[in-house]
Amino acid sequence: MSLIREKGNWEIFKNGIFGENTIFRMAISLCPSIAVTNSLKNGITLGLAVVFVQVMVNVTVSALRKFIHPKIRIPIFMFIIAGYVSIIDMVMAAYAREAYREIGLYIQIIVAFASIFARAEVFASKNRLDKSFFDGLGMGIGFLLAMIIISFFRELLGKGTLYGLKIVAGKPLLIMILPAGGFLAVGLLMGFFNWIDIRFYGGKGASGAA
Amino acid sequence: MEFGKLFELLIAASLINNFVFTRFLGLCIFFGVSKKMETAVGMSITFTSVMVVSAALSWVVFTQVMVPLDITFLKIIIFIGIVAAFVQSADTIMKKVSPTLYYKLGVYLALITTNCIILAVPLINAGEGYNFLESISFGLGSGLGFALALVIMASIREKLELADVPVPFRGLPIAFITAGLISLAFTGFSGLIRL
Repeated sequence: MSLIREKGNWEIFKNGIFGENTIFRMAISLCPSIAVTNSLKNGITLGLAVVFVQVMVNVTVSALRKFIHPKIRIPIFMFIIAGYVSIIDMVMAAYAREAYREIGLYIQIIVAFASIFARAEVFASKNRLDKSFFDGLGMGIGFLLAMIIISFFRELLGKGTLYGLKIVAGKPLLIMILPAGGFLAVGLLMGFFNWIDIRFYGGKGASGAA
Repeated sequence: MEFGKLFELLIAASLINNFVFTRFLGLCIFFGVSKKMETAVGMSITFTSVMVVSAALSWVVFTQVMVPLDITFLKIIIFIGIVAAFVQSADTIMKKVSPTLYYKLGVYLALITTNCIILAVPLINAGEGYNFLESISFGLGSGLGFALALVIMASIREKLELADVPVPFRGLPIAFITAGLISLAFTGFSGLIRL
């Protein structure tokens, strides 16, 4: 990670979206990518919640990095994350009841997201405040984009709608909004991005390595 | 408490609402350790036992401490604390008491804290208002369901290693598609029991 430290804010921001995209590249925090992507609305809601938590956690950890003793950093990071997740959880329970009923459990589960913890550990605990902010923003938006892509295809194919609006007439492919469709959609998209990587950039297919 | 209700909960948690295939929790671990049968079995054993104990522990803390003190809004923070503390202490105790067991299962113990199921089960228990025995059987069912998923997946992926998969799909993508097909099979269990 020593290379990243010399990069500018824009590069750090871009790295989160393309280079180390949480879902398609790193293949972590996969649970929500399947659980809540059966409609575009749910996908975007959870994506935004993750952007908020990731940015706030990165900023807090970075601001406190001189005071956190390395030996007890893991529980401290855990509590910082849990604090922000509780805030989002309570705000949503109060102001977005409809969405909360559907994806409330997954909002609470953000605590156990490997990606948020990983960024706090790998990046924010070693870097300046502004860099950590942009890293969190990039990672969060990368996650949000992945959620939008997956839920776009699943809702379009599974219900023939987009954000609740009817787009395609006729009988939709029910399987895409069933649990099984989530796995299939993510698998196919991952394969597709690997194919682009191999075909046009001469890569070896990063997510295939895991 | 009738035994029948507990058994129904156990079946429901392990087959019908299988955490991996219908609720999609614990996927990181699921894809991470399902490459080999041996690790899958080790993880299953460790996971199920931690699951049961942490379901019981968090039930006690939730009903005996948090509800009387009216601090249930802190449940996310407290549950993650309980799980982390329990896993850490189990790790230390196991290292002292039974080094052979620690050598075999210790690695998985450390991984478990990052598993979302371990947090989801106490949260669901609290949300549904299960009593002590119900919480335990829900925890056991979830653990067994996860173990079942892991063993099925590991046995398929061991064969997959030898298959001729198109290059872009090697590794995770094909694992996802396999999981999708298993998940489709698990849909068949829905409607087995009406709760």
